[in-house]
Amino acid sequence: MGEIDLQSRDGRAEALRRMLTIRAFDSEAGDRFADGEIPGFVHLYIGEEAVGVGTCAALESDDYIASTHRGHGHCIAKGLDPKYMMAELYGKAEGYCNGKGGSMHIADVDAGMLGANGIVGAGPPLATGAALSIDYQDRDQVAVGFLGDGAVAQGQVHEAINLAATWDLPAIFVVENNQYGEGTPVEKQHNVDNLSDTAQAHDIPGLTVDGMDVTAVAEAVGEARARARAGDGPTLVEAETYRYRGHYEGDEEPYRDEAEIERWKDRDPIESFRDRLIDRGELTAEEFDEMEAEIEAEIQAAVEYAQEADEPTPDEAYDDMFAETPPEIERFATVARTDGGER
Amino acid sequence: MTAQTERELETETETMTVREAVRQALREELERDEDVYLMGEDIGLFGGVLEVTGDLYEEFGEERVRDTPISEAGFMGAATGAAATGTRPVVELMFSDFAGVSMEQIMNQMAKMRYMFGGKAEMPVTVRTTEGGGMGAASQHSGTIHTWIAHFPGLKAVAPGTAASAKGLTKAAIRSDDPVFVFENKMIYEQQGAVPVDEDFTVPIGEAAIEREGEDATVVATQRLVGESVQTAESLADDVDVEVIDARSLYPLDTETIVESVRKTGRLIVADESPLSYGTHAEIIARVQEEAFFSLDAPIQRVGTPDTHMPFSPPLEQEVLPDGDDVREAVERVT
Ligand SMILES: Cc1ncc(C[n+]2csc(CCOP(=O)(O)OP(=O)(O)O)c2C)c(N)n1
Ligand SMILES: [Mg+2]
Repeated sequence: MGEIDLQSRDGRAEALRRMLTIRAFDSEAGDRFADGEIPGFVHLYIGEEAVGVGTCAALESDDYIASTHRGHGHCIAKGLDPKYMMAELYGKAEGYCNGKGGSMHIADVDAGMLGANGIVGAGPPLATGAALSIDYQDRDQVAVGFLGDGAVAQGQVHEAINLAATWDLPAIFVVENNQYGEGTPVEKQHNVDNLSDTAQAHDIPGLTVDGMDVTAVAEAVGEARARARAGDGPTLVEAETYRYRGHYEGDEEPYRDEAEIERWKDRDPIESFRDRLIDRGELTAEEFDEMEAEIEAEIQAAVEYAQEADEPTPDEAYDDMFAETPPEIERFATVARTDGGER
Repeated sequence: MTAQTERELETETETMTVREAVRQALREELERDEDVYLMGEDIGLFGGVLEVTGDLYEEFGEERVRDTPISEAGFMGAATGAAATGTRPVVELMFSDFAGVSMEQIMNQMAKMRYMFGGKAEMPVTVRTTEGGGMGAASQHSGTIHTWIAHFPGLKAVAPGTAASAKGLTKAAIRSDDPVFVFENKMIYEQQGAVPVDEDFTVPIGEAAIEREGEDATVVATQRLVGESVQTAESLADDVDVEVIDARSLYPLDTETIVESVRKTGRLIVADESPLSYGTHAEIIARVQEEAFFSLDAPIQRVGTPDTHMPFSPPLEQEVLPDGDDVREAVERVT
């Protein structure tokens, strides 16, 4: 996938394409999970596409992101391939993590994606660390730490921001305020009116933007990037958004009603951006339909690829623990194999 | 065979304290590799609360000897993220008792990233920290927690007992592409020893060292108890010939050197300051019984902290702190 330059017509089309890809990927992931093909947990990003895509639109391709448990959208926004992503969700050897990570740990460090994360609030310290490497080696990059509204209550998040702010590291913290941490509304978790107010404690800029508008997010993150590259340290960007699906697939959602969901859907990030592009004469309804169909086909191909991809062999469970494998691993693997019968 | 390589023995040595040996290791690695830097609380301007980093700040400057805020979760996480993105941080965790504050980043990020990502993440991070009772620092500044780390998959743990191994293991840890914790017992910082001066001297992680050869019983010791066990062995020399092994590396553990020794002596005493239940002693003993069960002539003995915290008052602290006398009693019980 190409760069997402919102200043160019092609770039805007690409932003739309990525948002659609995220939605199609996650709808399919939800269905495949319901069918029992995908093990574990899946947390879908549907409704929040403008945040990930807007953020990555403001980044250079070698910038870093540290993601959350709701990470599929960040991956696609960063340019990861849905085929290997789906294979990872299926636990296949050809997945990004060879089947060892799954949805909650999907990563591609070489592409600057430092991993989805199963621990709420654990990404920001990693982003601060990536920013430390960048700063230490005078590289022309930034690192983004994504976090949810719920994660803003975590101590390590504020430690990460404080460290980045104190050392003027090129980090950006993007809070995806989707109004709930699991089933608890944001106002029951925080005393501040806007989560971006917490930036004041660290004396860094904090802004709240419309997370349903890809250009608003990109603009805010773009300013944050410029500031970071100028050596002026981190920025906290809060994007107000909403997840349409449950916290995870299977969530019965006793904490909200249909009317609330519909109100947010009226401001759908994909539809509104599509309409804007049509109004500007950059896109026709037919072209949009074509784009949607192409993406649908791409995601179907990704599912087929994942379904047919090889399972990891059981022995691979013993790989990748260390750069230099200690004798213990082989020793205990042998015991496990003897216990488990032939392999 | 002694794990002390010929190379180690041959090289020119200089007598210095454990503290100086660690500092020399840090200095040499900072000089050798631009990507290496130190970070921790009060390690720069202040020189380290136990004065290990000393004047390195003056020598290398604030970019390479970085004073952090008092923020263990934050800087442990930052070190993890930095290690994954091309630099080689060496963290000082002031007291190992503070590990709890940063444990999330250690156990769920540092230890797991490489594995969870299918091997596609590097994690060249070193964590140095202090352990042990004996200075009246009471329960929250005297713990010996290395069993937690040695137990946790994805982390390596070393715990030197001599100045030479302190230098060699610290250098090996920094050069390793895996997360390695170096546990420094704070009571041996002043202990002197001969230390190889060769800048390429390292002690391979996973190799124990036979500090004293003997025929009748094997003491596998760590940290402060290595020196005290050697002294005990000397004092018993007329009656019983005790072999003392410095385990040096807890994970990986040099099972082979330990097992071979027990095959020879038939008796084993494990001396480590960590609490006795469910711990380092138990692991060493389990491995020995797996491989040398029929060589054992007596029940295996363990010397450690009797499952209490480290109390403040000196008579209380001395009561629970394992020492050379406890090793002597253990040897006498089985010989
Ligand atoms: C440290 C930690 N505590 C609790 C959980 C369980 N958990 C997973 S996601 C989640 C909600 C997170 O809310 P938020 O940060 O707003 O992200 P969102 O799910 O809304 O994207 C919780 C409580 C966890 N994974 N990690
Ligand atoms: Mg939320």
